[in-house]
Amino acid sequence: MSAPLLDVAGLGKRFGGFVALDGIDLSIAAGERVGLIGPNGSGKSTLVNCLSGTLINEIGSVKFDGTELAGLPAHQRTRLGLARSFQLPRPFSSMTVGDNIRVPLIYAVNARSHGRLSESDIATRCDGLLGLVGLADRARDFPRDLTQVDMRKLELARAMAAEPKLLIADEAMAGLSGSEVNDIVELLIMLNERGVTVILIEHIMSAVMRFSKRLVVLVSGRKIADGRPDDVIRNPEVERAYLG
Amino acid sequence: MKWWTFLITATIVAAAVFAGIRALNNDYYFFAGYTVLQFVVLATAWNILGGYTGYVNFGSAAFFAVGVYTTVFLHKTYPLPVPLQIVAAGIVSGLVGLGMGYLTLRLRGAFFAIATLALAVVLQTIIVNWSYVGGARGAYVLRPATIEIVGNYIHYLFLVMLGLAVIALTTARAIEKSSLGYGFATIRDDELAAEASGVPTLKLKLIATTLSGAFMGMAGAPFPYIQAYVQPNAVFGLEYAVNSIAMPIIGGTASWIGPLVGAILLGTLQQVATVTISSAVNVLIVGLLLVAFVIVAPNGIVGVVQKAWRRKL
Repeated sequence: MSAPLLDVAGLGKRFGGFVALDGIDLSIAAGERVGLIGPNGSGKSTLVNCLSGTLINEIGSVKFDGTELAGLPAHQRTRLGLARSFQLPRPFSSMTVGDNIRVPLIYAVNARSHGRLSESDIATRCDGLLGLVGLADRARDFPRDLTQVDMRKLELARAMAAEPKLLIADEAMAGLSGSEVNDIVELLIMLNERGVTVILIEHIMSAVMRFSKRLVVLVSGRKIADGRPDDVIRNPEVERAYLG
Repeated sequence: MKWWTFLITATIVAAAVFAGIRALNNDYYFFAGYTVLQFVVLATAWNILGGYTGYVNFGSAAFFAVGVYTTVFLHKTYPLPVPLQIVAAGIVSGLVGLGMGYLTLRLRGAFFAIATLALAVVLQTIIVNWSYVGGARGAYVLRPATIEIVGNYIHYLFLVMLGLAVIALTTARAIEKSSLGYGFATIRDDELAAEASGVPTLKLKLIATTLSGAFMGMAGAPFPYIQAYVQPNAVFGLEYAVNSIAMPIIGGTASWIGPLVGAILLGTLQQVATVTISSAVNVLIVGLLLVAFVIVAPNGIVGVVQKAWRRKL
């Protein structure tokens, strides 16, 4: 059996006396489509932040594609192929939509390939990504001119521009209407079919169930279930966590 | 426009400015012009860190003073031609910038600004107590009256500062148009998102503090020669700290043109005020304009012009 793409072992994170993550073990193989759910305050975003390097975990280890991530800053993790999108879109507001996409192409993809990308390569990839997410005609607009769903698409497109092996989408659909949620799910499924492993953190259960082939549940910083989505949602402990 | 095309164009403009002022045949214009150009370099240097990356440096006067005192020190120990003094001052103040970056760049917003202010206080205390460079009583640096080719030494110092302004503006513009400029802008917009996009934010901020510090120091290097006497209270004064922030903000921080426009406008205004009213009103003028622009036009003169241009289109 090949080594997992992401191997999290005994991950722990505290904020003062509050235990946000308590010994998380998680192994994800390349190409998987994983949903990560849990009530508010269960530690989902803290886990994403520890994996992406925004927060530093005190206990445990994270291996990505065979590399131990301890001590690596966030930008190096992105360059290794671990990209994330943010719960609230964080576009580079002074730049156009197109330039937002160029940043990871310059600083992650081009840095990874030791500067072998030409200006036209970057422009082609940028246009391709904008076309893929349906923002081709918005390239020259500024993020402030975008609708909520387009802003979410830009956030995802920027994470995808880093050409990741693993994409962590943190609540990419919050605040969207039903059809807009479908658009984003389709986009993530298409991305997965292109070979990118995707972890989706989401509260909208219909989207999670449609997207996920595997479901992981966190409650109070602990992993309480991990398996096929249909089995996991019938798990009594999961029902208790959600319904009380 | 490629950077070297810009450099050639800027050099031609600078040569025309020099010839024009020389044609006026009045040393005062060289003095006044030197001061304005010194502020062009200072404002451009401040903008590399403050405008491009969004880290506000209140310690500009300290970097300027490092340049000034590098010259005083070298003048006493091993006098060099002014261009080499400028290079030496750039190296020393660049290293101070790098050191400041290492110590303070994990701070953000107001905390970073306060730390830079503290650096200025520390450096001023060192200079005041360092008698070799004059200490609190100050130091005299006598300049030669003439120099080969150019003739008048004041004209020569003006020419040197003109050259430095061209280099500073070319560097700032080149940064803006490069991937480094993209990286700086991501830091200003959202540091967390920048890191998540692969931008090595700490490394880029260190580059910005080093470059910014180096140019500020270089702006100060010829100062002892033009003034002939330097003392800590003057070079660490409010004038340099306030002007180097106000000029880019009034001109516009998003591009290299902003600090140039702000420095020419405010620098000239202050020279006129010095002659017609009193030099004491200079900081008052800058303060009032700064408050007005922050309220009415936060993107500066360049921002106002760009907005009007977009409306016209």
